[in-house]
Amino acid sequence: MKHGRPSRRQLLQIGAAVGGSLLAGRKTSALETNPRKLGEPLGPYSERSPFEKAVRWRRESKTPETGSSFTPLHDSVGTATPSALHYERHHSGIPTIDPARHRLIIHGMVDRPLSLSMTDIRRLPSVTRLLVLECGGNSAGEWAASGADVQRSYGLVSGSEWTGVALSLLLAEAGAQPRASWVIAEGADACRMMRSIPLATALESSMLAYGQNGEAMRPSQGYPLRLINPGWEGNTNVKWLHSLKLTDQPYMARDETSKYSDLMPDGKARIFTYAMEAKSVITFPSGGQTLPAHGLYELTGLAWSGRGRIDRVEVTTNGGRTWVQAALQEPRLPIALTRFRLAWRFDGQDALIASRAIDETGYVQPTRAALIAARGTNSIYHYNGIKFWSVRSDGTVTNVES
Amino acid sequence: MWKVSAILLLMAVTLSAQPPGYQVGRPPTPEEVRDLGSAIAPDGTGLPEGSGTVAAGRELFAAQCARCHGPNGEGDVGARLIGGQGTLATPRPIKTVGSFWPYATTLWDYINRAMPFDRPGLLQPLEVYAAVAYVLNLNGIIEADQVMDATSLPKVKMPNRDGFVADPRPDVPRERRPR
Ligand code: HEC
Repeated sequence: MKHGRPSRRQLLQIGAAVGGSLLAGRKTSALETNPRKLGEPLGPYSERSPFEKAVRWRRESKTPETGSSFTPLHDSVGTATPSALHYERHHSGIPTIDPARHRLIIHGMVDRPLSLSMTDIRRLPSVTRLLVLECGGNSAGEWAASGADVQRSYGLVSGSEWTGVALSLLLAEAGAQPRASWVIAEGADACRMMRSIPLATALESSMLAYGQNGEAMRPSQGYPLRLINPGWEGNTNVKWLHSLKLTDQPYMARDETSKYSDLMPDGKARIFTYAMEAKSVITFPSGGQTLPAHGLYELTGLAWSGRGRIDRVEVTTNGGRTWVQAALQEPRLPIALTRFRLAWRFDGQDALIASRAIDETGYVQPTRAALIAARGTNSIYHYNGIKFWSVRSDGTVTNVES
Repeated sequence: MWKVSAILLLMAVTLSAQPPGYQVGRPPTPEEVRDLGSAIAPDGTGLPEGSGTVAAGRELFAAQCARCHGPNGEGDVGARLIGGQGTLATPRPIKTVGSFWPYATTLWDYINRAMPFDRPGLLQPLEVYAAVAYVLNLNGIIEADQVMDATSLPKVKMPNRDGFVADPRPDVPRERRPR
């Protein structure tokens, strides 16, 4: 903070801490001691500053090994999520796996069934992609408009750089047979999470990742090996991957029938609803935050689409009467978190603010009302409605039950 | 043009005829296939030998499942496993094995891979068949004297077998955009 201009967030923190006294002058500087102390010595692996407090929020669960923890989107800057704050969703806890003992088998309808060590996999040519990953159940509370803040209502989404091997390369090694049309992926967690993936999509874009954000992925993200299906609901990105079986039919796993299927008002459920459609949310100002004063602010948030690039994001500050185009942070990568920004003056008037994303397919993020008109309120998964926050005259920001 | 296609064709032929490029790994052992790839298909592919009765399942359920799912599968720490038939199209749908699951093979597969929650992998195939038989009987899907095995289980017709449809998205009509 000594050098350069303080960020908006730092200003807010200072504003909250010292209120108006900042303007009263800085006679004795608490930031300087003379003579100055030496800093900490160099270390092997960095921790964040003790002053930084952003953490995931975990929803109460009767069994602590199942459940979700949510990325603190309101504290995020830029588009990358630190591995340590990546959202989590587990069904039977996080296994501890020694990579020297881990194996991936590729079997079923292949000419050359394979058992691969992590060393084998790391020997193959690698690919790296920046991608958004979103839980199919992210924002499920929004069907009832219950989300008080952006972390709890939108935080099952994160962005990472993933590195690994193209699945097509491994399937070429194993020799997929012409009759094969599905891949059954299984993980090594206690419940052996299993999903059916159409082979055509897997060949086109799936990868087996071992790296996340420049290092080995975290155990909670699937260490040592995870299936990554770009743009698809998080659950299909099977963690701790140890088996790929090629078949001529989907296996109707519990987590694609009982769960992760979308029940419609007519009693029919949509199955294999893989894609995450375009979505966006304002992260500042958002529910639970307070604007400390009138004046000019940078309104900002995140947009993403499982079907490609974000084409544009529009923002309203008057409850949807008019929309203006926000600036987008470059580069805009396909299926990746994209930050949008808009200068906005808060003059003490109540304001209803929201964003809507439009992706490169031309798809427009729908309103909550349109979504409910099409799907009712019992489908749990794939909520991507426009999120309104209410900024009150006193600067407080709350969820809108609209 | 013709030349390019001919070369491409030649490349494709050599690619498929030749052994793969990197030659990593080795064939999996039978144990690896058994331990890592135990998935069961809806047509019953992968179901092991053995069978289980409703009576055996009742005992097993009381010993291994009831503490989390309730004595009659009514739900507690673990999910509710019974009832809900006829509720899917109502404002308060109750999704259970009996009301919602399209395939009985999924029940075998899931109990085998994931239950009991705190000790998955504990059950022998005979016990899984028994647990499946009992849960199906609790839901009125099979009679008390029916035996579940690799032949009979895939034939069980679940009440919601035809309750699933393909993904129609994008499905939300685009609204008129106020400007
Ligand atoms: C220690 C508690 C516990 C025990 C013991 C237990 N379960 Fe479970 N069961 C759970 C939990 C928790 C879930 C949900 C897991 C999840 O969230 O993925 C579950 C889920 C299930 C489901 C899926 C329900 C659905 O609709 O998706 C079935 C079926 C099931 N259990 C059957 C059994 C059977 C049969 C046994 C005995 C062999 C058993 N369970 C023992 C806790 C338990």
